[in-house]
Formats: sequence, structure tokens, C-alpha cells
Amino acid sequence: MKPLALIATALLACVATRALAQDQSQHADHSMPMSQNSALDDAPSPVPAPSAPQDHAADAYYDHAAMAKARSMLLYETGGMPHSMLMAERLEWRPGGGGDGYAWEMEGWTGGDVDRLAFKTKGEGAVGGAAEKIELQAGWLHALNPWFNLRAGARQDLQPRPRRTHAVLAIEGLAPYWFEVEGELFLSQKGEVTARAEASYDQRITQRMILQPAAELNLSAQDTPELRAGAGFTSIELGVRLRYEVVREFAPYIGIHWERKLGRTARYARGLGEEAGGLSVALGLRFWL
Amino acid sequence: MFSARVDRRSILRGASGLGLLSSAEALFPAWARGGTAGVGQGGDVLSGDSIHIDIGHSRIVIGEREAHAVTANGTMPGPMIRLKEGQQVRLSVANGLDEDTSIHWHGLIVPFQYDGVPGISFPGIKPGRVFDYVFPIRQSGTYWYHSHSNMQEAMGLFGPLIIDPAGEEPAPYDREHVILLSDWSNVHPHSLLRRLKQMGGYYNRQKQTLAGLIAGRDQKLSERIEWGKMRMDPTDISDVTGSTYSYLINGHDSAGNWTGLFTPGERVRLRFINASAMTNFNVRLAGTPMTVVQADGQDVDPVETDEFQIGIAETYDVIVRPEKAEAIAIIAEAIDRSGLARATLAPRIGMVAPMVPLRQRPLLGMKDMGMDMSGMDMSNGTLDLSAPIDAPATADSHSGMKMRDKSLAPPSVRMGPGVATISAAPADRLGDRPTGLENVDHRVLTYADLKALVSGSDRRVPSRELEVHLTANMERYMWSFDGVKLSENPEPLAFRHNERVRVTLINDTMMPHPIHLHGHFFELVNGAGDKQPRKHTVNVLPGGKASFDLTADALGDWAFHCHMLLHMHAGMFRVVTVRAEETAE
Ligand SMILES: [Cu+2]
Repeated sequence: MKPLALIATALLACVATRALAQDQSQHADHSMPMSQNSALDDAPSPVPAPSAPQDHAADAYYDHAAMAKARSMLLYETGGMPHSMLMAERLEWRPGGGGDGYAWEMEGWTGGDVDRLAFKTKGEGAVGGAAEKIELQAGWLHALNPWFNLRAGARQDLQPRPRRTHAVLAIEGLAPYWFEVEGELFLSQKGEVTARAEASYDQRITQRMILQPAAELNLSAQDTPELRAGAGFTSIELGVRLRYEVVREFAPYIGIHWERKLGRTARYARGLGEEAGGLSVALGLRFWL
Repeated sequence: MFSARVDRRSILRGASGLGLLSSAEALFPAWARGGTAGVGQGGDVLSGDSIHIDIGHSRIVIGEREAHAVTANGTMPGPMIRLKEGQQVRLSVANGLDEDTSIHWHGLIVPFQYDGVPGISFPGIKPGRVFDYVFPIRQSGTYWYHSHSNMQEAMGLFGPLIIDPAGEEPAPYDREHVILLSDWSNVHPHSLLRRLKQMGGYYNRQKQTLAGLIAGRDQKLSERIEWGKMRMDPTDISDVTGSTYSYLINGHDSAGNWTGLFTPGERVRLRFINASAMTNFNVRLAGTPMTVVQADGQDVDPVETDEFQIGIAETYDVIVRPEKAEAIAIIAEAIDRSGLARATLAPRIGMVAPMVPLRQRPLLGMKDMGMDMSGMDMSNGTLDLSAPIDAPATADSHSGMKMRDKSLAPPSVRMGPGVATISAAPADRLGDRPTGLENVDHRVLTYADLKALVSGSDRRVPSRELEVHLTANMERYMWSFDGVKLSENPEPLAFRHNERVRVTLINDTMMPHPIHLHGHFFELVNGAGDKQPRKHTVNVLPGGKASFDLTADALGDWAFHCHMLLHMHAGMFRVVTVRAEETAE
């Protein structure tokens, strides 16, 4: 059981190290080279730069309060304005022999360039029955380096039951070769440790047609019989989706989705007369605002 | 300075009167109407000692469609202001908007309190108020004016400003036309910025594709993999593109085909002004050579060329001498070739020059990433000279070269999420052909071709050097100087009054940045000796560097920023202070 907690942590750490390694060079060397201008003629003799004045020249001509207000407005408008985004990466229907299924995956953020509030929801179920999985997350998103973010927050599962509340620690971002990757580590209020790793890639076929392979792997550090999850790898999902961007923000897609419960989790499912997984067609919509 | 209330009725002028013209043409000031005989032939040029400008909302026509713009005196482009060197002028700007406004006189040497940048030189003009700018005209040449408030510049608030020399015109002409280039989107500029913050490549509809790879276009697979490893996109030439922009000449699109007249044999002066928010243009007169006589309003040694790239906020004056009674196309092609604007020079109204097709969009290379080793001093002998210069270079092949090596930047550069790359070997690119024109088979103007007509007056050797890095993270759409956005309230760049400083701009990004300093001219260190050309804006090529010598002779606080409007608004902006020695210490 414990080793699996380690695997889960290692998975997250793996993504994290990757992200942080790219930030390390900045601490490596504090010796600064001289200006690279030496090749130019009449190289100037160095005179120290003046220290920056603390006053504002315009205050001599205009009302101080009006200038102070204009200055803060200028700063706000020049890099300080917040933005936001709502992305529904998947909103899909999965027609199948054993009954149609559905799934969604949506996330959003609001804030500045470095710190943001984030939320995320995903879930799936069979048409006509209760949802198998409904998950809500909220938290704080912090840019670690040019490509990776740290996410810390809470996750509430509405399904399956009994419900769980988790603390979340995640790393997400853009890996070399343009892979979108994400590693999440969860700790439930009952002390259970689980983890999830995701990766996807957008292969542009034409300017509007995009093929997206994606993978998701779930892990659990312990046996949780009441949630029918076994220790070890609990499930894997693989999918390939072909979307057409009518406009950037609106893209219907078609694809195939395969998922399978693994190990003891699969045995729990079979014990209840369920299938451990299968292949389905996915028809859906990706949109964002 | 501030006075009276605005007479709001005056703002409703716009499309009134002028019965002889079609209603669409009436939406333009005389100088920008199609079929114009030349500057000064129309009635509404603003000149004299006292000039009034009304800022307001107006209807404009882009192609067939009506749109809403923020304008000066009801038109986009705004009225031409024509002044004379040596005169004193009072420019009264009345704000008829329901938000603050401002006008900045781009390239003009003015007392700093009249420079027109809210939050630096003055508080801005409140709704319903009038602000009087009063200053002497100490220069001549082609300039322009634009709002420095909110994003009004992208919504139409700009116009040409021509100053005639007090003495003899060094580049005489028989006729002149203003050719003002702009980009227009029906999407509000704040929405453009939001989309780019959400998705850096949102407007790029010319990315590399699998279809392109199979067809043998663009990069080879091995190169694509190398660039992918660095998370760099060689097609990232422009942020906002023809997928949303209409490119305009004097407010007219290609179909509108603005036409300026000439008589064969005349010397025709074309005053090019790039008043775009986000577009650098490649300018040609389809087959006709032109002689550049002025850059950024400053006279240069006449130099003949076939094409030049005009960075945002730059101006170039050229003289052409068409001998035949044939129409000549003026082609302004967006740097990423996602669109162009065509206008015509013709001996008669109604003559149309043939349209020129768009050329294929360029791809960025290793040099644009600041990783071209050929221009570097390899005194430690690590360069393999046996390798062909144009061998497909990769980051890995330059052993030990990192994308983001902090040790290559001065301590003033802050490495954070906003700095994705530091140019490892930034070459001086003042002599390089600009982005996308490297391989065209005719003459292309470079900064190294520019020589001032008269020597600069300050011959001192700079007493110190200053290195400023142009930094970015295209993925998060973050733009800054030295890794710090203006919103983080960095210390200003401080200068002593009258000191001479060599400033080197190092471009750590893969996009050219037109960097503009208010209140001054600087001299490009381009090898022209005492004839270094004087400019107010320099377009620093990707991955490269550009040096200029500055005599800090204008007391006050000044804006220093990238003139790509959305880069500026993302934080690529610093305050420059010039103080007498006592207060600077
Ligand atoms: Cu820029």
C-alpha cells in the first residue's frame, strides 16, 4: 500500500521536477558577463548609472492627486488587468451497445499572469442512470515558470458514494514537444491517497482540423472497498478525438474512447456483474469563452 | 492647460455636408479621400497657431461595412495637422467621450508636460474637458499623433502631422501624398488582448500542419521536432493577423483602392506613416524603385530601394519619379502575409494598378531565436568552422546553449514565468534584412543603409552603457522589459540631464518589437560614424540586438515602450527619467 503512495507521489514529482528544472538556471550563476557591445568601436568608459529619482516630474505641473490616480490607472492598464477563461474541453456522448454514456470535462480560471483562481469539473455516467462520477475542484493556480503551473485546492466528489472531500496538489502545463500534461495528487478526509496523470497532444492536420490523442491513468495508494477501488493502478483511459474548429472557440469532434478498470478495481467491478471497461465512440463538442 | 467645457454639438459633425462627394468618401478628411490630387489640395488641413481637435465617437466605413470608431474631428484617419518649423502652436483637444482621452504627438520634441501620456506627463483629459497643448515647433518632417489612453489608438484615434522646414527642403518634390497605414478589427482591442491571454496563437491561421509536412512545405520533420522540443513556433510572426484585421491605406482597404494622382515626370513625395496598432508592413511600389529621403521625420542621405519594412510607429518619406502615364500599385503587406492593403498612384482617377498577390508567409529561423553563432566572437574556439553556415542548426548542436540561461542577462533581468527565453548569442541585426524579406530577389532597405543627412551635434563618446532586454512568454502572452511589467511598478530607467548613453536593446523574443522613446531622438549605432541616423522608434529584429546612442537632453519623465499596442498593454513599457545631476543623485 505504502509503495503505491510512493508511485503516486513519484508521478507528480516527475512532472514537478521537469517543471522546476527549467527554472533552475536562474539560480545557477550570479556572475554577470560584461556587456556584449565590446565589438563596437568607441567603447565607452563606465560611469555608474544615476539612482532613480523618487519624485514625479509631472507633479510640478499638475494636481498631485490627479497624477497619482492617473499613475495607478496606467499601471493597472499596462500589465495589471485580470483575465479569465472557461474551457469545456469535452462535452460528449458515447453511444454503446450496453447503453449510451456521457462525459464532461470543464475548467476555468480568472486572475493575473501569475496567480489565478481555478475551478475544474469532470464526470461521466450512463444515460438514464445515476452519474458514475461527478467531481468538482476549486483552488489557486500559480505560475511556476513559463510553462508550468502549480494548483492547490480542494476537490469534492458528488459521485460515487459515499462522498469524499480531497485536498489537491497538482502540476499542470506544457511539456517539451507541445504535450499538455497534468499530475494530480489527492488526499481524502479519510486519509486515502490517490493520484491521476493526464497527457494530451494537439496534432494539427490542417488549420482547422485537429487530432487529439489523450491518456489518463488513475492510481490509489490503498484498498477502498466502499468505493470499489483497489490499491494500485485503478483505471486507464485512452482516446483519440478529431475536432474541427468552426471558429477557435467552437469545435465539434468525433473520436473513440477506451477505458478499463485495472487490478483489484477491475475485480470489484466484475464481482458486481459490471464490465471492467470497453471501447466506445465519442461524439462531442469542445468550446470555450 | 485644462479649460472650458466641450461644445458637444461640434462632435456630431462627422458625415455632414460636402454634397459633391459620395457619402462614404465624406467620412474621410480631404487628404485621405480617394482621387486626391495631393496633400494641401483639400480644405480641411489643420494649420496655423491655434488648432482645435474634437475627440468623439463616429461612424466609419471599412470596405462595405459600417463600424464604430473613436476619432479626431469625426474621421478615421484623423485630420492632417500641418505646421511650420519655428512656429508656436496651441492645440486644443476637447474630450467628447465618456472616458479619459489624450493625444500624444509622436516624434515631436516638446516640453514633457505636453507629451500627452496619462500617468506620466499629465493626468489625461477628463470627459467634457479641453486640454491645451502649447509648444514651439523645433523640427520638421513627417510625424503623426495618436491617443495614449485606453486602447483608443486601435479604435481609430490617430492622424498625420507634417512639419515643413523653416529653410530649404533638402529633398524637394513637385507633389506629395500621405500614405498612412493602419489595421482595423471589428473586435474590440480589449477582446483581442483577452483572446491572446487565453490562447497565444489564437489569431495565427498559418501554423505548420501535418498536411503541410506531407506536401513537403515548411520545416522538415526533424526541425519540427527540434522546435517542438523548445516549445517554439516558427510561424509566430504576428499576434493579431489578417484573420481579424482589415489592412488600410488612408482608411481604405484594397477594394476601396485609395488613389493619389501624379503627372508623369514629377517628383512625388510619399510620406509613409505606420499608424497600426499591431502590424509591421512590407512596403513596395510593385516594380517602381523609390528613394528614401527621410526616416522618422529626420532627413537621410537619399538611398534607393525596392522594398522596406516599416515598423509600427515609424515613418519613411520616399520620392518616386514615374515617367510613364501608368498606374502604380502601392502595396503594404502585413509582415506575416496574412493580408495586405493596396492603393494606387495614377495619372487619372479611375486607373487601377494590377493587384499583387500575397507572398508566402515566412518561417522564423535559429537567428530569430538568438542562436545564430556565425555572428559571434568565438574567441574560445568552440565554433566549428567546417560546418556550413546554413546547415540546419538546432539548439542541441550548439553544445551547452540553453534557451533560458540567466547568466547571459544582466542582474536587472528578472527570470520568472514571463521570460521564456534569453537570446544566447544575440547578433547586431541593424544590417540585416527584416523578418520575411531575407530572400526576396530585389533591394530591401536595412537600418545600416540609413545615414543622417547632416552629422549629429553630440560627438561625445557615451559615458556609460545600458542593456535593456525585450522579454516575453508567448504561451502566456506576457511581454516586458527585463522580465518586469510596468504594472509591477519597476524603478524608472534614470538618465542624467545631457548625459550621453549607449543603450543596447536585446530581443529575447522571436518577434520584432518597434521600441519607441518619447521626447528624444536617438542615433542608431549602425556604422555610419558621425552620420548615425536619428530615430524615435527602432524595430529590433527577433533574437538580435540594436544599439543606439542617446543624449538625454529633455528634462522630465518619458514613456519608453514597445509600440505594438497589445505588448505595451501587457506591460512592455518603462518610464525614463531625465534629471539634472543634483536631483538624480
Ligand atoms: Cu513588442
